[in-house]
Amino acid sequence: MQKRLLLNHKHLSITISRLCHQLIENHKRFENTVLLGLQPKGIYVAERIKSRLKEVSGIDVPLGYLDITFYRDDFRRRDDILAPNETKVPFIIEKKNVILIDDVLYTGRTVKAAMDAMNAFGRPDKVEFLALIDRIYSRHIPVEANYVGKYVNTVLSQKVLVELTEQGKKEDKIWLIERPVIDE
Amino acid sequence: MSELSIKHLLGIKDLTIDDLNLIYETAETFKDVINRPIKKVPSLRDITIANVFFENSTRTKLSFELAEKRLSADVINFSASGSSVKKGETLLDTVNNILSMKVDMIVMRHSSPGAPHFLSQHIDANIVNAGDGTHEHPTQALLDTFSMREKLGDLAGKKVAIIGDIVHSRVALSNIYALKKLGAEVMICGPATLIPKFLTNLGVQVVSDVKHALNWCDVANILRIQLERQQIKYFPSLREYSQYFGVNKELLDSLNRQIVIMHPGPINRGVEITSDVADSDHSIILDQVENGVAVRMAVLYLLAGLKK
Repeated sequence: MQKRLLLNHKHLSITISRLCHQLIENHKRFENTVLLGLQPKGIYVAERIKSRLKEVSGIDVPLGYLDITFYRDDFRRRDDILAPNETKVPFIIEKKNVILIDDVLYTGRTVKAAMDAMNAFGRPDKVEFLALIDRIYSRHIPVEANYVGKYVNTVLSQKVLVELTEQGKKEDKIWLIERPVIDE
Repeated sequence: MSELSIKHLLGIKDLTIDDLNLIYETAETFKDVINRPIKKVPSLRDITIANVFFENSTRTKLSFELAEKRLSADVINFSASGSSVKKGETLLDTVNNILSMKVDMIVMRHSSPGAPHFLSQHIDANIVNAGDGTHEHPTQALLDTFSMREKLGDLAGKKVAIIGDIVHSRVALSNIYALKKLGAEVMICGPATLIPKFLTNLGVQVVSDVKHALNWCDVANILRIQLERQQIKYFPSLREYSQYFGVNKELLDSLNRQIVIMHPGPINRGVEITSDVADSDHSIILDQVENGVAVRMAVLYLLAGLKK
């Protein structure tokens, strides 16, 4: 299987720092801003952003987890049923600036579902989207990220594999791999 | 994620332990959903569900309807009274007519045991049994065991007493199947006339002393005396029943520890359970009702997600 390393631990750390500085530029003291990590892997990126923001600016930005399983548009159209994860939104979303955070932006359908899921908690003032990896030229719907860790040009047969220490991996590595061909 | 091993939910008897755990896990997430400001998700927006009730129901029908609406399904309701069933239409004809209107799922309650099984052999839509006569009431057992798990954790080794009218109770049979699959111990208690023969074949203990059962158990699931199903006298009077088999505060206070009290409703206050017990903090009767919606959402969601 062909593998290309997109980000290692060091690069990931630099990227997270850069994203945090961009967020600080736009959100200043984060008075009215909350972070919302998308389950399952976006929450790890969101947690890292939160703790780096605290290191850099001393501000503790509220963080929630959002699960979008029941809002997906491919239910009954895929072979497997996806397992739902925990949703934890310990703050009011109404009139807040929400930063949605995910690991990979691909077709854009997840972000669309996330915005539907988020609306179940109230109407935010402004919504932004942060993606660690942006697979450019592969959108199915017109969605773009406001903050991007790394742009990658990929083809359909490829997949971005995110391995983070939070998942029990030895070290952080983000790969571009060829999807395994499944024999029918 | 694994999927259910069954296409229809006809009874707990057909479920595997993996099915049970999958339903509980999914129900936990739905319980979270129904406690949000907006209690609705769009998962079943392209599905139509018919609630076909040939027998009376308050809780189950409302609970199913709410579960369906919170999953964004389209819902149609049918009840036998006031329908063409009174004009002599057969069950299969009635249901086939409903299905011709492009219905994807049938939730059915019927007074004849096995009615949903019969239907499942003749139609393609997913069927959920909402109670068939004195046979099974699978979603009630799922919500009962879900509520017990919430209170006590893993049910393996836990002791559950089912007290009351067992012979007429579909709740009892479904609960016994579910609890045995989960590794709990089950004791049945009631007047000999209201306990079916050969019940011990299911691996349960049978006693007739309520105090003994309450002293033994972690959870007491108290069932209603189903007078509407009793064509003959099974006991001399309701007053006598409540004296010998009713659960009251004095009885609970005499136990050396606190047990959990459950009742599937509707309650006959003062007969099988007194008000001070039903409304006490031992009782999780209203939690059962809340969990019913979440559990039914899980069942409908998982059945709808199955490969066609």
